Formats: sequence, structure tokens, C-alpha cells
Amino acid sequence: MPTLTGAEIIVRLLERQGIEFLAGIPGGANLPLYDALSHSRIRHVLARHEQGAGFIAQGAARATGRPAVCLATSGPGATNLLTAIADARLDSVPIVCLTGQVPSPMLGVDAFQEVDTYGLAIPVTKHCFLARSPEELLRIIPEAFRIAASGRPGPVLVDLPRDVQTGLASFDAWPEPGLPDAPPVPDPLAVARAASLIGQSRRPLLLLGGGAARSGAHRAARLLMERCGLPAVSTLHGLGCAPADHPLNLGMLGMHAARAANAALEECDLLLAVGCRLDDRATGRMDRFCPDAALVHIDIDAAEIGKRRATQAAVAADARLALEALAESLEPAPRLAWRVRVTTLGEQWGLRPPGLDDPRSAYGVIAAAARAAARTDGPDVLVATDVGRHQMRTAQVWPQVRPNRLLTSGGLGTMGFGLPAAIGAALAEPGRPVLCVSGDGSLLMNVQELATAVEQGARVKILLMDNGCLGLVRQQQELFMGGRTFGSGFSARADYVALARAFGMPAFDLAAAADPETAMAEAFAAPGPCLIRCAVEDEPHVLPMVPPGGANCEMICQEAGTVETITAKEAAHACA
Amino acid sequence: MPAPDANAPAPAGTVLELTVSNHPGVMSQVCGLFARRAFNVEGVACLPLPDAAGEDGGGGLSRIWLLLREDQRLVQIVRQVEKLHDVRATRLLPGGHPVFSALAAHLA
Ligand SMILES: Cc1ncc(C[n+]2csc(CCOP(=O)(O)OP(=O)(O)O)c2C)c(N)n1
Repeated sequence: MPTLTGAEIIVRLLERQGIEFLAGIPGGANLPLYDALSHSRIRHVLARHEQGAGFIAQGAARATGRPAVCLATSGPGATNLLTAIADARLDSVPIVCLTGQVPSPMLGVDAFQEVDTYGLAIPVTKHCFLARSPEELLRIIPEAFRIAASGRPGPVLVDLPRDVQTGLASFDAWPEPGLPDAPPVPDPLAVARAASLIGQSRRPLLLLGGGAARSGAHRAARLLMERCGLPAVSTLHGLGCAPADHPLNLGMLGMHAARAANAALEECDLLLAVGCRLDDRATGRMDRFCPDAALVHIDIDAAEIGKRRATQAAVAADARLALEALAESLEPAPRLAWRVRVTTLGEQWGLRPPGLDDPRSAYGVIAAAARAAARTDGPDVLVATDVGRHQMRTAQVWPQVRPNRLLTSGGLGTMGFGLPAAIGAALAEPGRPVLCVSGDGSLLMNVQELATAVEQGARVKILLMDNGCLGLVRQQQELFMGGRTFGSGFSARADYVALARAFGMPAFDLAAAADPETAMAEAFAAPGPCLIRCAVEDEPHVLPMVPPGGANCEMICQEAGTVETITAKEAAHACA
Repeated sequence: MPAPDANAPAPAGTVLELTVSNHPGVMSQVCGLFARRAFNVEGVACLPLPDAAGEDGGGGLSRIWLLLREDQRLVQIVRQVEKLHDVRATRLLPGGHPVFSALAAHLA
């Protein structure tokens, strides 16, 4: 019968859970846990800010699909974690956060570094625990992993008062590691109803979200596209489910979609939305979204169904299982007219970003980086982004060949996500480079993690798009605030090449490279981290763009900023 | 304090009856969910359930009754509540529940 301290119990449970590394920062309230970790084979990654630790865990979890762990002390450690937790919640990322807390008898007396972590965590976690005894940890820790990974994944926080870490518990046997519950299977009646609606539709459209990517629904999705003439659009997190170069794939929908994608939404008579929550950046004004379409919604989270729009059929189940069941119940259908229409839309109104063939331009450098990465490591390297214009450009032009390879903060849109997430992904997938496309605004929000990347030898390759401003904000001011660019420029600019070197990270300026693509390929092939600066002061706007609050069918497509309406109903009628 | 008025009118509304794990924080988690989604809760009552030994030995189960205005978002919000891990069971009582008539008597 083992007798161990709470801290030792936690560490053993993490080992049994298969955790290989975790990121965190020690402090008074989690020191017993750190002491127990010092005897463990689990690798500790010392972050330089708890938000960095949270995003390192997120990067690992997003890359592998399995829960990853971060640690923080009480008070400021816990509050510093909150942004990364909220981000994980909105993007359904399974992380387990272990926070130190003041000893139980001191709870509620405003002790040193006491905050109500549990209370702060409730609205941003999938679930949270306040451990009250060392014995309870044997149930709580595996349960935290089970909850984080089951159904729709999400962050779970366990608050650990110091006395719970130091107290002893005797117990008979170790509990089983916490594994995800079996995915919920689709109800055959619901599938039959969905299949019958799709069967009757003339212009059905598939919308693939992060849930489709996460559940591995891409094969079934591709089958449906081919067999049933179902063209596809994707959310930011669904990119890669459909092959980027497939003629029936119109790419991302919504605010920065190609006109073709939003036009297809306008023309479809049925939308099959899979593993997505119909968020406003994707749908635009909801009352004008897919105006002629019946909605068939598949989501593992029943609470998503009917949240934004009433459905004509719905399947609350795992996206892959549901799509496979649908594929089995649907007869092959040519839908020739619709296929032709969509192919034409793609040819007419596909994305044509400017400067794609100039490797020193804002779009071209991303395309060149993708080619360089493919040269060294194949076409499916992991790419993390920060938040801003560089993020939307990456989503628009990075050739996505399979799902879950683009790590980006979609729901919360958190600047500072990119670098630590890339570090976590690189540690989870050692031996291959992880590209981090960032902006000068975003990089500065977690710039301290340059030190972590160097210390860990993480093979993170930062492509810094340096424009001396908060680009996406500036774009909105130029387009929607009468050109008054206020509070969005940096008059003090950093020398980022020198900054990276100051942390011991190799760095160079792309302007100095004779052949940018080759220089990037060499940088990617090298071990360890690296920063590549690319000046993009004269960058174009990220277009097309739906004005915030506008309808998807009204997009700005030209630098001049006039809104164009992209409905083409007469053509749709030709397919009827 | 005056005696409760047994003939006070029962407050109108649908009652959502929840069976939840009884530990600190659950009440605020449930009420917080309604508050965050701007859904008005007209009344709340809560009591620990007798004889329900909790699996964690930490105090078993409680029953919460929430008095709600019928609203088209009700089905949605119930789904959201069902997602909470501390919520073990839910029951919608469109005709209300006597616990609120009893409470209302104290206001009369
Ligand atoms: C933490 C945080 N603060 C503010 C914002 C609002 N915001 C969105 S994009 C952006 C500018 C991003 O600038 P940068 O990282 O340089 O990227 P760029 O748009 O220039 O490519 C800002 C301030 C945000 N998304 N996240």
C-alpha cells in the first residue's frame, strides 16, 4: 500500500498518463510539486511567462490531439495563465492546467498570492477542480485528463492548495489513466433525415470546421465531395480537410474568404456544417448567411446545434462517424450543373493574392517559405501563426495538404500565441521544423519565449513579417475609420535580428539573402531555432474582406476599399 | 417577522430542476452560466439531497431549482447547462414547482 505526498501522487499520475514534458514556472505555492518533478523522467520546460507555458501546452496539444500540461503558481501565476486557457476553451484544445494555491486553511483570508483561481477559471475552462485532499487527487487527476479529451475537447484546471501537495495519502492501487470517452455515435434516424435532405438538394455545400479536422473526418469528407458532387468550404481550423488544389474546394469562408467561397454559400440550397460552431467571422451577418439554404448541422457538442441558427436536420455526434454514416446512406449523385458552377466560381473568383511570385513580398514570402519547407521536410510541416494580417495571409496561401497542421488562435484571436505554440509543437514533434509566422506586434507579446526556444533547442523557425505597425488594426482604420490611423503605429522599432541574437538565437534579414527561398530552406534544415526577418512595410491589405458586421456576400475586393456585392443568382438558377 | 402567507400566488414560469454535485462553486458555476448568456433567472432554491453519499465523500448531491421565464433560448440554455460536469441530471418543469410558491409566501 503506497503512502505518498499529494505532489508525488500527481507526478506519478502524470507519468502514468504518458506525459513526456510540461511547461511552467515555479513559485511558493507549487514548490512541493516542483520538488516531486525533480525526481521524475518528465521533462520540465521552464517558460518565461505563464502565458507562454499555457501556449506551449496548447501547441503540443494541437499538434498531437492529446492533452498537454502546464503549471503555474498561485496568484499572478494563475492569472497569467488565464488568457491561454480562454484561448484553449474557444478553440476546443485539451490542456490540463495545474495551479498552486495557498494552503487550504488560508483560503479566503487574502493570503500572500491568493486569488480565487477556481472562480476566475469557471467561465474560461471546460471544467475546474479545487483539490481538497491528497486522496482526492487519485480521482481528480485522471478525471481532468478524461474531461479535457472527451467529446468536444477543452481546458481543465486543477487548483492545488499547498497542503494538498504536501499531505500524505495511503492507497491500495493506482487508478487507470484518464482516457477520452468513446466518441458519441450518430443516431441512425438523425442520419437518415440528414441524408434525405441532402439527397433532395440540388446545390449542397459542405462546411468543414475544426471538429471535422480533429475527428479525422477528412477522408469521409473527400468521399462525399467526389461521390455526391458536394463542394466544400472550410473554417480557419477546418483548412486541410479538403485538398487545397481540389476543384471542388473553395477554401476558407467568411471575412477573408475568396469571393468564390462566399458566392457558393450565397447560391447553395443546403449547407452541411460539420464540426463548426458557425462563428460570426465565418458567417458574417447571420440573417443573411446562406439565405436559400437548409441547414444540416453535425457537431459533437449538442449545445452548438441551434445556437446560432435553427437546423432542418442535426446529428449530435462525432464528425467522422457521422460523415461516414452519411456517406453510406447517400446514393452517388453527379450534380453536374452544380459542379460546373462551382468550378467556374473557383476559376472566376478564386484567390489571386498580389506578389505571390515575389519572395520578399507579404504574400510571396509565405509561398516561398512553404516551398522551402516542403523541400526540406515534405509538404505537411506544422505552421503556427500569430494574429493579424500575417495570420490571414498564411490561412489564404499556405498549401494545406492535411488537417490539423495549421496552429492558430481562431476563436480568441490572441496575439502572442504563435511563438510559444510553435515551441510546444516542436517539442511534441521533434526532428521536424515548426514554422512560426508572426508579426512585430504579436511577437512582442510573448517575446520572452525566445529564451525558452533557445534553452530547449526547439526547432522553431520564426518568419517575422515586420511592418512597424499593428497591421490588421491599421487596415481596419484605413478602410472603416476614414483613414485615421491612430494608436496603431510603432515609432520605436526594434532590430529583431539583433534581438534574437541577444537571446542566442541565429537570425538574419531576408533582404540580405541573395536567394530568399534557398536561405529559408537552409535555415529550416538547421537544428534549433532561428528568426528570419522580412520587411513588409509596403504590404497590401488582406483582401477580400467582409466589413465587420456585414453580410458575407458584400466584400471589399480592391485596395480602394469599395464594397462589391457578389451575388450571382441568375447563374444559380441555371443549375436548378 | 410575519408568518408566510399560504395563499400567496405561485410565481409564474418554467422551473429547471438540476441534480448537481454538492461542492463549493457549483452554484456559482450554474448561475454564472445564465448570467454570461444574459438569461434572467427569476428565482433560485437549493438544498442538499438526503442520503446521497458522494463518490468523493465530499458531500454528495444537491438539488437546484431555477425559476425561468419561458424564452425561445430555453432549450439552448438547458443544453449548455447539461454540458457542465457537475450537473448530473436536468428536468424541465413547465408547470413550475411548489418550492417557489412556498418561497413567495415569505414575500407576501
Ligand atoms: C492580445 C491582443 N490584443 C489586441 C488584439 C487586436 N489586434 C488584432 S490584430 C492586431 C495587430 C497585429 O499586429 P501584428 O502582430 O504586427 O500583425 P500584422 O497585422 O501587422 O501582420 C491587433 C492589435 C489582439 N488580437 N490580441
